[in-house]
Amino acid sequence: MNRARLAPDAADRARLAALHPAIFNPSLAQRAWTAGSLVVLVVLAAYAMWQLEFSFARIGSGIRQLWLFITLMVPPDPGTQLALYIHALGETLSIAFLGTFTGAVIAVPLGFLAARNVVPNFFLHMLVRRFLDVLRGVDRLIWALIFVTVVGLGPFAGILAIATASVGILAKLFSEAIEAIDRKAVEGILSTGGTAVDAVRFGLLPQVMPVLTSQVLYIFESNSRQSTIVGIVGAGGLGLHLVEQIRVLEWQKVSFLILMMLVMVAVIDFISSRLRFAIIGRKDVV
Amino acid sequence: MPFPLPHAFATLPAEQLAPLARHYAAAMASRRRHVYIGLAVIAVCIALSSWMGEVKPAVFLTNAGRLGNYFYDITPTLTFANFAADLGEWFWNLDHWLKLLWDTILIAYLGTLFGGLGAFCLCFLASANLVRSPWIRMGVRRFLEFCRTVPEIVFALLFVVAFGLGPMPGVLALSIHTMGALGKLFAEVVENIDMKPVDGATASGADWVQTVRFAVLPQVLSNFASYGLLRFEENVREAAIMGFVGAGGIGQDLVEAVRKFYYSDVSAILLLIIGTVVIIDLVTERVRHALLGTERRS
Repeated sequence: MNRARLAPDAADRARLAALHPAIFNPSLAQRAWTAGSLVVLVVLAAYAMWQLEFSFARIGSGIRQLWLFITLMVPPDPGTQLALYIHALGETLSIAFLGTFTGAVIAVPLGFLAARNVVPNFFLHMLVRRFLDVLRGVDRLIWALIFVTVVGLGPFAGILAIATASVGILAKLFSEAIEAIDRKAVEGILSTGGTAVDAVRFGLLPQVMPVLTSQVLYIFESNSRQSTIVGIVGAGGLGLHLVEQIRVLEWQKVSFLILMMLVMVAVIDFISSRLRFAIIGRKDVV
Repeated sequence: MPFPLPHAFATLPAEQLAPLARHYAAAMASRRRHVYIGLAVIAVCIALSSWMGEVKPAVFLTNAGRLGNYFYDITPTLTFANFAADLGEWFWNLDHWLKLLWDTILIAYLGTLFGGLGAFCLCFLASANLVRSPWIRMGVRRFLEFCRTVPEIVFALLFVVAFGLGPMPGVLALSIHTMGALGKLFAEVVENIDMKPVDGATASGADWVQTVRFAVLPQVLSNFASYGLLRFEENVREAAIMGFVGAGGIGQDLVEAVRKFYYSDVSAILLLIIGTVVIIDLVTERVRHALLGTERRS
């Protein structure tokens, strides 16, 4: 079929243009706004590239180098250090798991304190919230750096770093989940003679538990990605070996380590999404 | 507080009630069993990872004091009598740090822009409603997945070796990760569009590019911009740590201050980073709400 014949002919087009002037002739202001924002984006990009000393010669040579590295990376090969890397993988997993677990345990009371409907005192929950903002605002890698100087090199610093940042994120999510609950269940239990503990156990927990668990699992997925890299600042796990092998340009080991990271993340994502579906019943909570 | 009710409850006869009660008991027992199994698995995981992660509670307890000391050490000495001079001493290197912070923001900007452009080009190819061939779609999707699964700092490590030290590898690393993350979000937006304009454009003879330009783009552009801004926030945080591996920005100075125990510098730089992140968050939130219209406030 001829596509051109489907298009309106000139007379038709003129009629349509007269009917919908806003579409065929957008106003000058609208065009100026679009063009202006594009110009701002481009000028800012050009300025940024000048300020950050972009050089196309370096990009060219860099890409050639990178290509060389990639050809040297295949096939991935751990050499004689497979056992060491498996151990590092175990460290990474324990950093992710214990970091998330500790963070979640500490986040529960803080989440209650930061919830507006549990703590009516404005200043207390504001204070808790600002504290959580600071925990969250500092990146996990920065926490790792700080904890390495405090407790020394090794996976323990990584666990503490992941836990600290997780407290900030999870307590905020928990407090939002607690604020969003339905008061009726709690009132019902109190009105039939239940104690405050009964109200929390049978009125509050069943409502928030599935949401909390699925959020913990989300953070666990995200932490499993982070735990692979806290080693970059010396906090144990795969990252430590990755930095070392990149420094000595052992590209086959580098690609093997990256592959291990990808497989680990994929497996954890799979398990955690299965668990999430099992807990909240085949429906994703965002 | 039990009190006598004015009427009697209608209860089932015992022979009907017994099987129901039995079912209830069995159901509760099975749920309890699940909970116990779950707890046992968690306990085993904790034990295993404490062993793997070299967790030593005794060491932690002795170090807990050091943690407090560290935060005490990094707080600067500010006296009321001499406040201005103390503040000046605390932020003695402010000009240099502000320049590095500006660099950090520019790295995040370029990373978001380049990554966003890449995601923009790829997202239409990854959408099931615009591309019939599953091979192209799956190929693009797997590529985007790879880009966002490898942490940006790993890309930065590789690029620093290939391109040399400086902000350029940082920008490239952020771009690749951003492309992966935004490409997925963009593709989801495209898959949720109203297909009627697409049908209309196809019916009046538009080719694929024209369809995307006139039927898809007007529907998705504001969402794209909003996701882009969210990603920019994230990238500012990430750009702040790019310096850890020598890829530009404020991170380099932070690492140096922490490693060399320049205590008051650590708190000064951390405060500057937190302040920048908060300001960027506030600004982008305003812009996003303006873009999406106030009624779609989330």
